[in-house]
Amino acid sequence: MYAYVVKRLFLMIPTLFGAALLVFFLMRLLPGDPCEIRMAGTGQYADPEAIAICQKDLGLDKPRIVQFGGFIGGYFTGDLGVSMWTHQPIAYEIGLRFKLSLQLAIMTTMVAVALALPLGIISAVKQDTWIDYAVRTFSIAGIAIPSFWLGIMIILGLLIVTQAWLGEGWMPPINYVSPFKDPWGNFTQLIWPAVATGYRYSAVATRMTRSAMLEVLREDYIRTARAKGLVEKLIINRHALKNALLPVVTLIAIEFAFLIGGLVVTEQVFNLNGLGKLFVDAVGNQDFTLVQQLVMLVVLIFVATNLVVDVLYAWLDPRIRYA
Amino acid sequence: MATPQAVIDTSELDQLRIPLRTQLWRLVRKQPLGAAGAFIVIIMSLAAIFANVITSYNPVANDLASMLQSPEANHWMGTDEFGRDILTRVIYGARTALSIGLTAAFLGATGGLVLGVASAYFGGIFDLITQRIVDVLMAFPLIIMALAVVATLGPGAQNVIIAITIPFIPTCARVVRSSALAIREIPYVDAARALGFSHARIILRHMVPNVMAPYLIMLSTFVGQAILLEAVLSYLGMGVQDPTPAWGLMLKGGAEEFLESAPWVSIFPGLAISFAVFGFNLFGDAMRDVLDPKMRRD
Repeated sequence: MYAYVVKRLFLMIPTLFGAALLVFFLMRLLPGDPCEIRMAGTGQYADPEAIAICQKDLGLDKPRIVQFGGFIGGYFTGDLGVSMWTHQPIAYEIGLRFKLSLQLAIMTTMVAVALALPLGIISAVKQDTWIDYAVRTFSIAGIAIPSFWLGIMIILGLLIVTQAWLGEGWMPPINYVSPFKDPWGNFTQLIWPAVATGYRYSAVATRMTRSAMLEVLREDYIRTARAKGLVEKLIINRHALKNALLPVVTLIAIEFAFLIGGLVVTEQVFNLNGLGKLFVDAVGNQDFTLVQQLVMLVVLIFVATNLVVDVLYAWLDPRIRYA
Repeated sequence: MATPQAVIDTSELDQLRIPLRTQLWRLVRKQPLGAAGAFIVIIMSLAAIFANVITSYNPVANDLASMLQSPEANHWMGTDEFGRDILTRVIYGARTALSIGLTAAFLGATGGLVLGVASAYFGGIFDLITQRIVDVLMAFPLIIMALAVVATLGPGAQNVIIAITIPFIPTCARVVRSSALAIREIPYVDAARALGFSHARIILRHMVPNVMAPYLIMLSTFVGQAILLEAVLSYLGMGVQDPTPAWGLMLKGGAEEFLESAPWVSIFPGLAISFAVFGFNLFGDAMRDVLDPKMRRD
């Protein structure tokens, strides 16, 4: 197992290197020059000297290969570079927002699991009844409804409800407060975006739970458990669920990596200053250094999650052994 | 000259032939959800094609006299902050969504088809390199990849299509490759090669037709995803630009500002996106059931 993890860690390197290569050259495909775009964007007269200074600042005057070397070398020295827009170190910009996005991702996953497991189980146990159909419709709708629109609708609902009950409209606060300082304030802020994104993720997980449960419920040992007269509740919880959980856990863990994509949109709707919003702003400002590093962060999280999933798999199912 | 000896009487056979209506009805009975999906897809396509016939309003012209009117007889879905009829913009939005969704899905799935089949057919070093590139591309979540492409190319309808197409290609290539690998082992491919056919002919005439099922399944799932992705990009201001009527764009800016005073501005475009994606997803699921019994879910 230990050897397997080490091997997988080494296998991450080519993927990360390929991603770095791809992102680096994608950001430089543009015919224009980031400095010219920036100066043109501010509406000032683009003075060639100013452009040259700007290029020098960003290291754009050096050959591509040297720039790429600097980009990769930065990972070994811990220097992620400077944002082209705010001129702050990228590590600082990311550090500022990482906590919020991480907490939101964890809360979203919790919402998704809390919805998906009970719904998936009941849907499988009551297969082909109206409950099953209702759950399936609910989960198909979850895949179709865009989470940003659901977010807008949640805000609208909150406004209407608070207007009717409290007399004035209430919207989730915008400024992030640490859960250790003000747990309730933190919760009321983040639970709504977590629900908006979590519903979508629960939809996939619900379908997975349902089909995994259906498969397990047909197994011989379930029939044995029934034949020996076990209570149905015990059969579902102990015998069936434990075995059905494996693919569900995998799915949820994989989705966790993709969650970052979902957060890009939700943070925009709820005006949360997280990594997703930072990414959208960076794209809008054509802040290439920042986009580059944020994409690399996402890829790193994705690759690392995949490794964790595989290790988790072996840990959950003793039959799986990695050489 | 031989004279026709007996004219075969086909009238009896004609009676045995199942009329189209019955066939359709059977399909509806067998795949009720798929039929519902197809219904939504057809309605949406008709709305997109006949948008200028269905509605007499101009989707882009401002009418400041009727700003932010609530839904009423003249404006069934109300008007937005520029006085534009929302129903009209939703109908014209179907045009934007469908043209971008279908183009991106087709280009992405077809690119993946070519890459996947070629990768399986040639094997060896070509396959190895292609698959490593696919590995790298698949490490990017869909929207992150699309946004990174938009960051380079800038917003606009054409760039949105490119941004959505690129992340689709590796996904489809991976799926098609695994089917194509199995087909490559079937003797008729060896037979075709023994006959001296060119690589292009073997790939196009012998392999591609046999991986049509996974291709069509990927294609139909891509359309819904592409519509959703276009809406997201436009909502973020990175997609189609104003004043083009696009559902995601209609939810941007104004919708949130006037959320309390004019909720209809944000309700209807979102419903349109949800229904469109819902329809294409149901249609795609049914397609999967019909085309590939092995891949059937549940």
